[in-house]
Amino acid sequence: MQTLPNASRRNFLKLAATAGGGLLLGFNWTETEGAVVATDATAVNAAVPGVGFNSYLSINPQGVITILSPNPEVGQGIKTAFPIIVAEELDADWRKVVVEQAPLDTKKFERQVAGGSGSIPHSWTRLRQAGATARQMLIGAAAKRWNVPAAECTTASGSVIHTGSNRKLTYGELATEAAQLPVPTDVKLKDQKDFKIIGQTIKNVDNPGIITGKPLFGLDFYREGMLFAMIQRPAFGYTLKSVNDTTIKAMPGIVDVVTFDNNVAVVGKSTWQVKKAKDALKIDWTKTDATESTDDHNRLFKELLDKPDATVRRKDGDVDAAFKSAAKVVTAEYQCPFLPHTPMEPMNFFAHVRPDGVELVGPTQTPELARNETAKLLGIPPEKVSVQLTRMGGGFGRRLKADYVIEAVQVSKRVNAPVKLIWTREDDMTGGSYRPAVRYRFQAALDAQGNMIGYKLRGASINAGNSTREDNFPAGAVDNLLIDSVDHKSAITTGPWRAPITNFLAFAEQSFLDEVAQAAGKDAVQFRLDLLEKAKAKPAGAVKYDVDRMVGVIKLAVEKSGWGTKKGVDGNAVSQGFSVYFSHRSYVAQVGEVVVKKGKPVVQKMYAVADCGVVINQSGARQQVTGCIVDGIGHAMYGNITFKDGVPEQTNFNTYRLIRLNEIPDVEVHFVDNGMDPTGLGEPALPPAGAAVANAIFKATGKRVRNQPFAEDEAFKSVS
Amino acid sequence: MALFNLQINGRSYRADVDPDTPLLWVLRDNLGLVGTKYGCGIAQCGACTVHLNGEATRACVLPVSAVGKSKVTTIEGLSATGTHPVQQAWDKIDVPQCGYCQAGQIMTAAALLKHNPKPSTAEIDTAMTGNICRCGTYHRIREAVKVAAASTGSASTKSK
Repeated sequence: MQTLPNASRRNFLKLAATAGGGLLLGFNWTETEGAVVATDATAVNAAVPGVGFNSYLSINPQGVITILSPNPEVGQGIKTAFPIIVAEELDADWRKVVVEQAPLDTKKFERQVAGGSGSIPHSWTRLRQAGATARQMLIGAAAKRWNVPAAECTTASGSVIHTGSNRKLTYGELATEAAQLPVPTDVKLKDQKDFKIIGQTIKNVDNPGIITGKPLFGLDFYREGMLFAMIQRPAFGYTLKSVNDTTIKAMPGIVDVVTFDNNVAVVGKSTWQVKKAKDALKIDWTKTDATESTDDHNRLFKELLDKPDATVRRKDGDVDAAFKSAAKVVTAEYQCPFLPHTPMEPMNFFAHVRPDGVELVGPTQTPELARNETAKLLGIPPEKVSVQLTRMGGGFGRRLKADYVIEAVQVSKRVNAPVKLIWTREDDMTGGSYRPAVRYRFQAALDAQGNMIGYKLRGASINAGNSTREDNFPAGAVDNLLIDSVDHKSAITTGPWRAPITNFLAFAEQSFLDEVAQAAGKDAVQFRLDLLEKAKAKPAGAVKYDVDRMVGVIKLAVEKSGWGTKKGVDGNAVSQGFSVYFSHRSYVAQVGEVVVKKGKPVVQKMYAVADCGVVINQSGARQQVTGCIVDGIGHAMYGNITFKDGVPEQTNFNTYRLIRLNEIPDVEVHFVDNGMDPTGLGEPALPPAGAAVANAIFKATGKRVRNQPFAEDEAFKSVS
Repeated sequence: MALFNLQINGRSYRADVDPDTPLLWVLRDNLGLVGTKYGCGIAQCGACTVHLNGEATRACVLPVSAVGKSKVTTIEGLSATGTHPVQQAWDKIDVPQCGYCQAGQIMTAAALLKHNPKPSTAEIDTAMTGNICRCGTYHRIREAVKVAAASTGSASTKSK
């Protein structure tokens, strides 16, 4: 890469800034990159302003195409995937594409959310139309200039071509005229076989900034004169009584100590001074009746599972009759703990509450929620609140909540200054919001031939709402089915955690189905295929998943993993475990391979087959599937937050274990190529991972692991 | 507060800070070098990794008063424009997901290759295990270290 001349760089930055895309710094900002560019020549040329075609794209005379990516980038790769879709339909030269993060503007972009693996399915058609519309306008401008019918013109790699007269004009040459033409309302989208960019291996557009340490993230945002703040929050079930604020205010660099909603905020001139002052806080808390410990929850789960009244989520056929007539009944319970999200970038946000409005800058998966909650808190119209989106150092659902944004607003309002609020890692682990703790009880009734004629699932949870996904497989495949749930309201705050509910439910369900297959004397895969055949031929109630797509990923996983044919490696027998799950509109089957080495089960390989329709970017898609598997296995193995009287007992990475590089299995990823409209991949490959491992461990050792984290499960400990 | 003269990325910097301030926060709050990240504050995750006289060091637990005349290299100083073989490999293999931990990963990898230009897979695993990646990019991190190792020596000063 070459260094940009300073003047160009500044212009470039100004451009990026006016487009709302750049991260503006209080100092040192001439060394920042406001937007990401594909090549150096493009970077220089991007300094020239372009003309806008629609909300998403503009083209400048040099042919540089600037594409705004509206959705928050949390590591799911949307900032690369969205522009690929626009560029494809535009028939752009990808090397001439500049990507900028759009600010919050839901009038232009509708859904600006990073969550639910929903960005791609929501925007697929919108983005294609944005590119195709501009392409048609560029063709129109060329046809006009050449005085030929538009139908005789084609496009390729950023140019309009008239083959008959062997003429060619670049998009840059046409942009100004083209943008003045009427916007066509009915454009033809490309045939998939003509895709040139979609489906290729395309690198993360932010790589140049990431590998050189540019200020891309929320925590990297600095503004001249801003103050730093940290907050001590109460443990769960406590209220604030008093704080030694006079002493703290006298500490070096401390500007103020303010309290709100049982929180104590320390505000000062540097992160470290604020951190030291926070550590020196002496706070009297009042313990309320609401404090809970993990031991209480373990007792509570048993009560909830036996509770006569539960919320019925789905009921098909006559479950009682089925269980009465059963030749065999299989029952098992599965439990998971609370989990923090622990994104590597802790929560933080910049807020400046001014008389004329509020400026917000930072990492959020839901900028619109941040804006609306801020407006509501201050009693001002939402239009008075601006939100600039930064790249996020992970989120995993934690940044779907706006609590930390509101905290920054609360502090800025009270100290009447621009404030960057920073959570420490300890705050992140002890401040909620956790993946809820859940315990499931499964029961299956088998007839004499080993057919599953009855199925019952009770979900008992703490602050999970509905802990079941009642319409997921095997619903629809069992004639007599009852799914219900009971939820306990707790002072411990919970929230969505990557693949909410299914991140544990899939492990429990897919492990239990293995137990049932074994009891029925059937192969684990064949047992599932038989159920799916039944769901297709003689469905019981509504079937809300696509049976053929689920069968598709199962069969490809069988083929790729050599299911049932694996022999030993280096004298060690290879044991395989199967798992398949439909969540967030995508289908994923996985096979885990375990080898027993020196008496211990070791996960050596994972196969994954995903059906997410069209793959937008091979590199990003493989990253998501692989990352989900590492995430899924890591948390299944080690993740655990326990409580003593409302106080979390794990506070940082020394007591809370995350999976590390030396613990990962090999991962082999395949996609089903069926040309269907694309669905998201930020979550769907996580849910099946735990069961693929646990089922393989069972095959290898005869021990059934039913509790997460595995590392603390008695059955697992007995063989490890 | 006390005045410290620091040698960072081949330049001299002055910082007027409390002596116990970790180098991490001096870099970020005082010197505008924000490529070095905060992840845990207790030397458990590696996001804050810098080089101190060429050795991978956790800046979050290193008081600025202990830096002395040591030469500090941060991600911004590894190369001026991302041309260090490890940075190039990170881009080529397309390692980052969210990207937050990657500066620390790159600094750890660069220190490894400086001492051991051709590490085995086991040696890579050992060296990189102190750095957490919550997104799970570990496979590509391992691969990128191998790619960087293969190019080191012939390409260490080569530009794109």
